[in-house]
Amino acid sequence: MLLPLLGCILIAVIPSDQVLRVKQAALGTTLLVAISAVLAWFKFDSANTAFQFVQSTPWIPTFGISYAVGVDGLSLVLILMSVLLAPIVVLAGWNESEGGRWSAKVFYILILVLETMMIGVFAATDVFLFYVFFEAMLIPVYFLIGGYGSGERAAAAVKFLLYSLFGGLLMLASIIGLYVISGANGGHTFDITKLSDMHNYMSSTTQNLLFLGFFIAFAIKAPVWPLHTWLPDAAASATPGTSVLLLGVLDKVGTFGMIRFCLALFPDASKTFTPIILVLAIVSILYGAFLAIGARDIKRLIAYTSISHFGFITMGIFAMTTQGHSGATLYMFNHGFSTAALFLVAGWMISRRGSSTIADFGGLQRVTPVMAWSFFIAGMSSLALPGLSSFVSEFLVLVGTYTRYPVAAIIATFGIVLAALYILIPVQKALHGPTTPGNENLPDLNIREKVAIAPVIAVIVGLGFYPAPLLNVINPASAHVIESQGFTDPVPSESAGK
Amino acid sequence: MQFIAPVLNYAQLAPILIVLAGALIGVLIEAFAPRASRHNAQLFITVGSLVASFASLMRVRTQSSVDAAMGSVAFDGAGVLLQASILILALLSVFLIADQENFTALPAAVPGSEEERQSLQLDLRVTEVFPLTLFAVAGMMLFPVSTDLITLFVALEVLSLPLYLMAGLSRRRRLMSQESALKYFLLGAFSSAFFLFGAAYLYGYSGTITFSGIQASVVGGSGNDVFLLLGIAFISVGLLFKVGAVPFHAWSPDVYQGAPTAITGFMAAATKVAAFGAILRIFYVSFANAEWSWKPVFVVIAIITMVFGSVVAITQRDVKRMLAYSSIAHAGFLLAGVIALSKSGLNSTIFYLFAYGIATLGAFAVVTLIRDSAGEVTDLNRWSGLGKRSPLIASVFALFLLAFAGIPLTSGFIGKFSIFSAAYESGSTAILISGVLSSAIAAFFYIRVIVLMFFKDPVEDGTSVVIPSGLTTITIAVTSAVTLILGVFPAPLIDFIESYAFFIR
Repeated sequence: MLLPLLGCILIAVIPSDQVLRVKQAALGTTLLVAISAVLAWFKFDSANTAFQFVQSTPWIPTFGISYAVGVDGLSLVLILMSVLLAPIVVLAGWNESEGGRWSAKVFYILILVLETMMIGVFAATDVFLFYVFFEAMLIPVYFLIGGYGSGERAAAAVKFLLYSLFGGLLMLASIIGLYVISGANGGHTFDITKLSDMHNYMSSTTQNLLFLGFFIAFAIKAPVWPLHTWLPDAAASATPGTSVLLLGVLDKVGTFGMIRFCLALFPDASKTFTPIILVLAIVSILYGAFLAIGARDIKRLIAYTSISHFGFITMGIFAMTTQGHSGATLYMFNHGFSTAALFLVAGWMISRRGSSTIADFGGLQRVTPVMAWSFFIAGMSSLALPGLSSFVSEFLVLVGTYTRYPVAAIIATFGIVLAALYILIPVQKALHGPTTPGNENLPDLNIREKVAIAPVIAVIVGLGFYPAPLLNVINPASAHVIESQGFTDPVPSESAGK
Repeated sequence: MQFIAPVLNYAQLAPILIVLAGALIGVLIEAFAPRASRHNAQLFITVGSLVASFASLMRVRTQSSVDAAMGSVAFDGAGVLLQASILILALLSVFLIADQENFTALPAAVPGSEEERQSLQLDLRVTEVFPLTLFAVAGMMLFPVSTDLITLFVALEVLSLPLYLMAGLSRRRRLMSQESALKYFLLGAFSSAFFLFGAAYLYGYSGTITFSGIQASVVGGSGNDVFLLLGIAFISVGLLFKVGAVPFHAWSPDVYQGAPTAITGFMAAATKVAAFGAILRIFYVSFANAEWSWKPVFVVIAIITMVFGSVVAITQRDVKRMLAYSSIAHAGFLLAGVIALSKSGLNSTIFYLFAYGIATLGAFAVVTLIRDSAGEVTDLNRWSGLGKRSPLIASVFALFLLAFAGIPLTSGFIGKFSIFSAAYESGSTAILISGVLSSAIAAFFYIRVIVLMFFKDPVEDGTSVVIPSGLTTITIAVTSAVTLILGVFPAPLIDFIESYAFFIR
C-alpha cells in the first residue's frame, strides 16, 4: 500500500508546459493507482477483521503521533471507489480545466493531491493523521471549486471551506480531549485501536461532548440536515468532475468517520444520540427529496438527491445492525458511482446546451440517444431500481433499520417514493417529450466520453446483479463493528413480515 | 558598607554581551565612518554580531546555572531556547531592515519640510536603525532570563526604548509613523510605571526582588496577600501590555500600521518571544504556587484576547492592521500555554512562539513587496488579483495565512494543537472551547484575503510586486520553508524543545 506515496511522487513528475502531456500523465497516474488498488483488493483477506497492509512510522513521537496506515473491509471499499473514480473524472473532464483561473497543470496537480489525501484519509489508523488529511484535503478542493468552477464559484468555495473548517475545529477539540484522556490512562497515543478502549475511562458527559465534536464535523461533511446548506452551492459551482469527487468521495469521509470514529470510539454516546440522529437522518431523506423535486437546476437536483441518499446512509449506520451497516457501506460505494454517472452526464449536457436548467432540455432521447440512456440508467440507479446497484444497498439499509427501528424504516420508505418523483420528472422533461428548440443539433457522446462513462455504468449494472464480491469484504467488517458495539442483531420476529 | 565584587560567568553572558558590543561598535561607526560606507559596515557588524552571539550561545547551551550574574540572570534550557529564537528572528528581520526603501532618509526632519525633501534628494540612509536593533535585541535576550525584578525592568526598558524610536522611521506617511511612535512611547511609559509599581508591592510582600525569594514567600505564606495580589496585578499589566493582550492592546494596531513594515515584523515576532519568555519565567517560577490568585483572571484575559482579536480583525481593511489584530488573537492563544502551568504548556508555548514568529516575519516580508509609486500598498482591496500578478508571492502569503489559521501541514497547526492540548490537560475546558471557536472566526478573515488574492481580478491602479532584494528573498524563503517543514516534520524541534525547556529558577 504505497499508494499515497505513489501519487505524491508522480505529481512531482507532472509539471510541464505541455497541456496534453499533463493530462496524459494525470490519467496514467490515476489509472496506475486504480490498478494497484484493485490488486490490493485481491490480496485482501476478508475474513480478517484487523487492519491489513499496515505501515507505521513514528511521526511526532513526543505526542504519540505516527504515520500509521492500514485498511479493513470498510476502508478498502472506499479507497477502491475513490481510486476508480479518479481516472474516470480525469478522462471525463478532459477539457474541464479550460476556462479556469489557472492553467491545466494546476488543475491536475490539485486533483492528484486530492486523490493522495483521499486515500490517506481512508487509510489512516492514527486519529491525528486522519485529522491532518481531513483538513488538508479542504485546500485543494477549495481551489478546485474557486478556480475552475462556474457562476458564484468563489462564494461557494468560501462557504464550503468555512463550514468544513468549523466542523474540523470542533473535531480538533474532541481529538485534544481524547489525547489528554489517553495521556492520563496509559500514555499519549492516537492509535485508533488503543483509543477505542478509552471510553472506559470517560464520564458519560465527557463522552457525549467528545462524540458531538466528531459527529458535527462528520455531519457537516456528509452532509446531514440541517448542516447541508453548503453542498448545493458547492456542487452547482464546481466543475462536474470536481462535483463527483466532492459528493462521491469527500462526503463519504463524513459517513466513514461516523463508523470509524463516532461508533468505535464512543459506543455509549452513540447509543445515547441514536434517536436524535435517526430523526435527523429521516429529515435529511425527506427534505432532500422534496428539495430535489423542486429543483430547476440539474446540478442542484443531484446535490439534493445526495442529501437524501446520505440520510439513508446515516440511518443505516446508526441502526446498529449488521445489515444496516453493510448496506450503508455498500450504499457509499454505489452512491459514488451513481452520482458520478449523473454528474458527468449532466456536465456533458450542460456544456453542450450551455444551460443547466432542466426545462431547457427536452427530447434528448431522440437527438443524443447514448447520452440520454446513460443519464437514464444513472437516474434509475439513484432511485434504486431493482437490478441496479443501489437497490441492494438501499434494501439492506431499510431491512437493517426495520429490524431495530421499524417506524424509522417505514417513514424512510417514503423517501423511495419521492425518489421516483424527483428522478422521473427530470428524466421525462429532459429526455422525452418534444425536442426543445435549440436542441436539435446537439452532438452525442464522443469516444472519450463513452469510454469514461462505460465503466461507471458497468459497475452500476454489475453490482446490481452480483454484489457478492464487495459484500464479502464489507460484511465481516460490519459484523465486527456491530459486535464491538456490544450489539447483537435482533432476530426478525414473525410480525416483522419480511 | 562592604562592596562585594560581582562574580560574572562570562561564557553564559557572552551572547548578550556580543550583541551589546556590536551595538556599541555600530554607534561608533555612526559617529566616525564616512556616510557612504556606513550602510554596508553597519549591516556587516549587525549580522556578524548576531551570528557570533548565536554561535556562543550554542557553545554553552548545555550549561545551566543560577549564577550567571550574581543571581540576577539565570542560564537554563528555556532561556537558551528563547534567546536562540530571538536571535534567529532578529537576523531574519535585519535582512528586511537592510532594504532601506521603507525608511525615512532623515528621521529628524519635520514631515513635509524642505529639509526632508533635500534629504531624500541626497539619498541619505538611516543607518542608526542597525545599532538600535541590536540594543533592542540585547534587551530582548536579557528579558526572559532575568531572575530579579530590577534586571527584568532594565531589560524591559532596553528593549522598549529603541523600538519606540524605530517605529517612527517610516519613509511614507511620516506623520502617521511619528504619531504611532509617540503613542507607543506614551503607553509604554505608562505600562512601565505599572510594572515598577507592581515590583514595589512585591518587594513589600516578600522583602526581596529575586524570583526565587518571592516564590519562597508565596510558599511560606508569611506575607500580606493584598500586597501579593496588587503586585501580581500591576506586574501583569506591564507584561501583558508588551504582548498586546486585551485590554492592553490599544497601541498595537496603530503602531503596527505606522511603523516601517520591516520594524513591525521585528516587533511582532521578536518582542513577542521576549515578552512571553519573561511572562513564562515569572509566572512559572515566582507565582506558580499562587495559582489561585492569577489563573482565573488570566483565563478570562486569554479568552477575551482571542475572541476580541479574531472578531475585530474581520472588519479590517488594511493588511497591517489585520495582522495586528491577528497577533492579538495569537497572544490569547499563547496565554493559554502560560495558564497551563505545566511542562507541556512550556514546551508548546515555546514552539508556538517560534513558529508564529517565523510566519509573522514572513508575512510582513511579503507586505514590503507589494508597492505602488507612493510606497507600500496595505489596503487589502488593492491586493485583489495578486495571485494572477505574482502567483509565487501570493502563494507564499497564503501559506503564512494558512499557518496563522492553523491548517494542518503548516507549523501553525502543530503549535495550536500542542498549546490547546496543554491547556486542556491542565483543566481549562473553557480555553479549549473558546480557542477553537475563535480559530474558526479567525479562519474567516485569513481566508478572505486568500479569496481576494486568488479569486478576484486585479485592479489596474499601479499596484505591483517589486522584485525582492537578495536579503529579503532569503527571509521569505527561509520563513516559508520553516513554516512548511515545522508542519510536516516537527518532531526534531519538538524533541529539542522537550529536552531543553526547563526553568532553573
